Amino acid sequence: MALSWLLLILLALAVIGYFAGRSRSLASVGGDTRDLHSLPSYYGYNVALTALVPALGVLIIWLLVQPMIVNSTVSGLIPDQAIPEGSDRGLVMSEVRRVAYGLEGAVTSGAMTETQAQDGSADIETLTKTLKDSGQVLTQDITQPILVAAQKFRSMTSTGKVAMQVVVLALALLGAAFAYVRTHKEFRARNVVEQGVLALLLLAASIAILTTVGIVLSMLFETMNFFQLHSWKDFFFGSTWAPNFRGGSELSILPLLWGTLYISVIALLVAVPIGLFAAIYLSEYASGATRSIAKPLLEILAGIPTIVYGLFALLTVGPALVSMFGHGGTLGISWMASSNAVLTAGLVMGIMLIPFVSSLSDDIINAVPQSMRDGSLGLGATHSETVRSVILPAALPGIVGAVLLAASRAIGETMIVVMAAGAIAKFSGNPFEAMTTITTRIVSQLTGDTDFASPETLVAFALGLTLFIITLGLNIFALYIVRKYREQYE
Amino acid sequence: MNDMSRVERTVDSKDIKIAAKNVQVYYGDTHAIKDVDVEIEDKTVTAFIGPSGCGKSTFLRCLNRMNDTIDICRVKGDILLDGEDIYDKRVDPVQLRAKVGMVFQKPNPFPKSIYDNVAYGPRIHGLAKNKAELDEIVEKSLRRGAIWDEVKDRLDAPGTGLSGGQQQRLCIARAVATAPEVLLMDEPCSALDPIATAQVEELIDELRERYSVVIVTHSMQQAARVSQKTAFFHLGNLVEFGETGQIFTNPVDPRTESYITGRIG
Repeated sequence: MALSWLLLILLALAVIGYFAGRSRSLASVGGDTRDLHSLPSYYGYNVALTALVPALGVLIIWLLVQPMIVNSTVSGLIPDQAIPEGSDRGLVMSEVRRVAYGLEGAVTSGAMTETQAQDGSADIETLTKTLKDSGQVLTQDITQPILVAAQKFRSMTSTGKVAMQVVVLALALLGAAFAYVRTHKEFRARNVVEQGVLALLLLAASIAILTTVGIVLSMLFETMNFFQLHSWKDFFFGSTWAPNFRGGSELSILPLLWGTLYISVIALLVAVPIGLFAAIYLSEYASGATRSIAKPLLEILAGIPTIVYGLFALLTVGPALVSMFGHGGTLGISWMASSNAVLTAGLVMGIMLIPFVSSLSDDIINAVPQSMRDGSLGLGATHSETVRSVILPAALPGIVGAVLLAASRAIGETMIVVMAAGAIAKFSGNPFEAMTTITTRIVSQLTGDTDFASPETLVAFALGLTLFIITLGLNIFALYIVRKYREQYE
Repeated sequence: MNDMSRVERTVDSKDIKIAAKNVQVYYGDTHAIKDVDVEIEDKTVTAFIGPSGCGKSTFLRCLNRMNDTIDICRVKGDILLDGEDIYDKRVDPVQLRAKVGMVFQKPNPFPKSIYDNVAYGPRIHGLAKNKAELDEIVEKSLRRGAIWDEVKDRLDAPGTGLSGGQQQRLCIARAVATAPEVLLMDEPCSALDPIATAQVEELIDELRERYSVVIVTHSMQQAARVSQKTAFFHLGNLVEFGETGQIFTNPVDPRTESYITGRIG
């Protein structure tokens, strides 16, 4: 029985449970709903939830845990001498799984009988041929220990599956029966359902948090693997980024960090003045009609996918800059060799950040109380004096927070720099040169055929974790400043 | 009682500071102020009283053109300050507001130091030639605001850290610092406790020696305590204007009597 069928049966049970619970509650008061503690539907929901939730919970846990148990048991069956030189247990295990799925597939398609598939002393060559003929994927010839392990794997998996179905269905039935029997006019179904909903909400919230923890942990473990293969001193304090898949790479984060920060600074130099001035215009000077058109237009910029910005950089901004600063360009200087440059990426990233800065600053400027403006205007200050001397200082902590949030966006931005910044890791102050960033290197180290045992690949995780810590720190700092500011007026 | 005798001594020699003739104010289609004529004397406290929404605050804000900041508001009629029409095209509302200072209902010190709050007006209008002069203006204003003794040791502390009553007196000092000729006060005590109110009222009485003060208030006791002239507004009309004593003891208009005895409002 496939998993989807199991789920359908569970759902059907829940629906039946709902109507059964509802009608039993009505029956207990002879049809007069006024005598019930809760509305009839609550009794129905109670039965449905009691049937569904524990069964689904067990199902999910079972699906997660069973492969782990099967894997560790089967992997213990493989003798050490069955593992070839230069390979490891993990690789042999994936071969075992392939054979197991191959046997399963062959039995389903009728190329093999169940008895043949379970025969531990079957002729290896015939078996290999049968499997290959029936279209199953095998990367190498089957050996005796692998066959035994695969058969064990297969039998454990199928036993586990049957056991799971029995347990889950039994739980669902028991739950439904328990809730059905409890259904009575005195029973506080409403409160019980409320508790159940609360538990579901809590579960959803904790899944989100646990996922974050999981991401951090997985990065952390891979990073630790990396530091076992590569010196942390070179990573943090080295001066060269020169990955070499034949070994002996120099993997230092500093040139990448330099490129990242350089591009981010240019982006902020573009985004902060423009975004801030736009916010001041929109919140202080624009009429209601202008504002209602201009603000959504500005925010459309925020909805453009970053890859589109990347294309814009690649096809428009880069060539335009080259035609100005490049060889034979309008300015008569040849500073810029290619359209891939720090300046290209920085400018386009700055454009991307404008709505981010302006939207946040606009909210913050609007939060400055009207009484401040009145007070300043009442003293004979002009509108721009009021903005400069009263409103901006009052909004400054919030604006700083907005800029820090924008900075952490800039540091973590990937697509624009992949397409427009270049791939050369170096320390240079020249904005017309190509440079590379942490995010582009993560992409390039992980694309294509990768071997997750080499430092050249694992360095991506160390880079990712460092990036994560930098942006996390910036975000926390920004939120702290914004919150501190908010407390002043509310 | 000394105070009363002085009022009587000076009452004859008073000039008209602000003369409003036939003033109409519209908010969009709403006719908020209708045909208001009023003459505000120099070195006098004039109180505007009336029920909520009667237009007294709106009229007050016409006197220094604060209504200009509201898009839908239109003002018609003449308002003369020392004989000059303040709504004339040649008048810069920004300059006017330096001459006609304003104190608001809620204390609104800027998020700056006490010193910078008071120095704000003198700085933007260039009233001080150097730091020493500015220091002098700040001290004088804080003394006029009757708050100098409380803050002289912490001029660098933020103005927002003071108590409500102190904040309001700081705002009065801030308004005084630009050397205005008229001070408009829009319910300056409505956010204050009775003790702070008493201090501000005492201050208003002292300010009368130098400035013409116009105060909007909801408290009739306050109007009776601090003002020499009272104007009663009702539904956008100026119902009655006269000596405070006469308005409260012997009103001419039956609507004024109903209001001060608590029957309408």
